[in-house]
Amino acid sequence: MSEAKPGWKSLPENDALAPGTADKFHTGGWRSEKPIWNEKTCIQCMICWIACPDVSVTVKDGKMTGFDYDHCKGCGICAFECPTKPKSIVMETEKK
Amino acid sequence: MPTLAKTGNEAMAEAMRQINPDVVAAYPITPATEIVMIFASFVADGLVDTEYIPVESEHSAMSACVGASAAGARVMTGTSSQGLALMYEILPIASALRLPIIMSDVNRAISGPINIHCDHSDTMAARDFGWIQIFSENAQEAYDNLIQAVRIAEHPKVKLPTMVTTDGFIISHCMEKIETLEDTEAKKFVGERKPEVSVLDIEHPVTLGALDLQDYYFEHKVQVADAMRNSIQYILEIAREYEKQTGRKYDLFEKYQLDDAEVALVALGSTAGTTKAVVDELRAKGVKAGLLKLRVFRPFPAEEIAKALANVPAVAVLDRSDSYNGQGGPLFTEIRSALYGKAKTPKLINYVYGLGGRDVTLDELRTVFADLKKIDQMPAYNYFGVRE
Repeated sequence: MSEAKPGWKSLPENDALAPGTADKFHTGGWRSEKPIWNEKTCIQCMICWIACPDVSVTVKDGKMTGFDYDHCKGCGICAFECPTKPKSIVMETEKK
Repeated sequence: MPTLAKTGNEAMAEAMRQINPDVVAAYPITPATEIVMIFASFVADGLVDTEYIPVESEHSAMSACVGASAAGARVMTGTSSQGLALMYEILPIASALRLPIIMSDVNRAISGPINIHCDHSDTMAARDFGWIQIFSENAQEAYDNLIQAVRIAEHPKVKLPTMVTTDGFIISHCMEKIETLEDTEAKKFVGERKPEVSVLDIEHPVTLGALDLQDYYFEHKVQVADAMRNSIQYILEIAREYEKQTGRKYDLFEKYQLDDAEVALVALGSTAGTTKAVVDELRAKGVKAGLLKLRVFRPFPAEEIAKALANVPAVAVLDRSDSYNGQGGPLFTEIRSALYGKAKTPKLINYVYGLGGRDVTLDELRTVFADLKKIDQMPAYNYFGVRE
């Protein structure tokens, strides 16, 4: 962790960096509410997958399989948009 | 070499036509409106290949310039006064990302009170945003400076956005005889931009403009300062190359009858031309008057100015913008700092003048030269041309 940081003489100019990915940067810790998926009532409409701004609805073989809690920020859009009655995604307060 | 009758705005638009930038994003504002208006007609008439983006504000104009420049395009824009002020938020982003955007700014007073005429308060307020700033005395210099600005901004050791200014109305709307390069010569001189990175290059992806906090922001800012300091040599190098092609000599500043002067003024822009007339008149009467006309305000050539003024006993610095009870106008404070601690320095006073386009007369400049004879009795910070 204590690797020496480059000074201004060696730092790449332009503030141009190698392409990064948020994959390694876990933002799920910001969450105050988490989405809970009910597989039994889910109709696999994929609306939550389309609506999720953080690509945190996980999908396998064309089917919704749950959430990537490392990156889900708990915005609740998936739960809001879920069209089933009762909802197949509900928000729960994160336990401390 | 074509000889044309052009206003300052037309001269800058003509330079832009020859430069044929990839992208121009602009929003019209008096007195710079014509520059992009004329250029837009070049686009409409198919005389240039430019992608012209008529945005909804100057904030958007500079934002579009940043995006296009980050994509690797050669980008130009033009503005003035409040328009430049609306760009302020984006100007330091352009320099921090080292994007060589080229801007023509027609110097105009910052409102309020609302005013559309010349002073330098617009670009002076932008002096700490990491942009190279080059002033022009007349339409010829506006044309020449804009052509050179492309090379300066895009020089691989510089990579800083550059603004070339003219005095609102006095130069922007005054028709003069200018000499231009042939289109082919201009095209050859400016060459093509060779960007080191492009956000559209999917083979070599980069992250540009990432969050830069306590641990890296400072280093990036020092890089801008260092590039600015180093740009002096490349500005001179490009000026020499331009001189070879055109016979017109450019430097960081022009010394007009300065070497043996006993009284001298320092001025920017069109006032330098008026001062030359007074210097000639005084010289004919045996008064050793001189002028230092500063061309490059950023980077500020402190050592060079200190050397040029070392043997002049009395100097008045003319500021066409005020710092409102700072220690003089911005040009004065820079020059006084440049001289501080030097073995040989002139006595120095400051005049703030010409705000909001207030006319600058030969008589006023004669009075300033006369004041220099009694410089010991003068306060440091003065005004001329204002009613008391």
